[in-house]
Amino acid sequence: MMGSVVDIPLWGAIVVAFFLLIGASLTLIGAIGFLRLPTFYERIHAPTLGTSWGIGGIMLASMIYFTLSSERLVIHEILIGIFVTVTTPVTLMLLARAALHRDRAENDDSVPGKFRNDRES
Amino acid sequence: MLPYPLLTVSLILMWMLLGGFTPGQFILGTLVAVFASWAMASLRPDKPKIRKWHLLPKLVAIVFLDIIRSNIAVAKVLIFGRSKTGRAGFLSIPLEIEDRTALAVLAIILTSTPGSAWLEYDQHDKTVLLHVLDLLDEDEWIGLVKNRYEKLLMEIFA
Repeated sequence: MMGSVVDIPLWGAIVVAFFLLIGASLTLIGAIGFLRLPTFYERIHAPTLGTSWGIGGIMLASMIYFTLSSERLVIHEILIGIFVTVTTPVTLMLLARAALHRDRAENDDSVPGKFRNDRES
Repeated sequence: MLPYPLLTVSLILMWMLLGGFTPGQFILGTLVAVFASWAMASLRPDKPKIRKWHLLPKLVAIVFLDIIRSNIAVAKVLIFGRSKTGRAGFLSIPLEIEDRTALAVLAIILTSTPGSAWLEYDQHDKTVLLHVLDLLDEDEWIGLVKNRYEKLLMEIFA
């Protein structure tokens, strides 16, 4: 049974609010960064805030809130965290490699070439 | 009977997390998991060989701490801007690990740590191209990847 908000103790509410705010703020910062950063390769870093501690904080808050309010262990949110973590690199690599391919095809000098052994700076 | 024990156990756990920890769900989940791992076996993927289980918690702890630290670092960069000496840049790192699972885990670690992104792995050169948001010292990053993660991964997936 799902309880109402007033059923959870004060310390629980504080912990839930703490994690929820952390998660939400990091996701917001990530979104703002996504909007403001100048190049594609810099922009791909910003949303990873949302996919790491953004999702992590909201996930923890949800787990604690529903565990306290329904008085049983609710941890299935962890699956969301696991799947987001495991699938993010796939999308990111796909986008990054497409961008690399495009920039290399245009002979963009700011992008390191393929099959080069020397370290790029 | 069970070609992928780890997969089977994870599937049962996932089933029970979603359906509830009851004997009925356990039986149903076990059935699904066993058939799913047989289906997986017919695809014949590489079987990950985890040699040293006791090092896994250490890796998880290290990554967990690093994710918190780099979250703070990237949030700072996004709010206050980069430090004067820092810049965004590409970084190519030669890797020693060849095991596919270990490479996949390393890719997940580097991607989930904000501030570093795994762009592409070159099987021929055995190097990985990273992009780092706040690149201060290249050698520091190479050392971080090689000593902090790669060594441990090589021990786990020997």
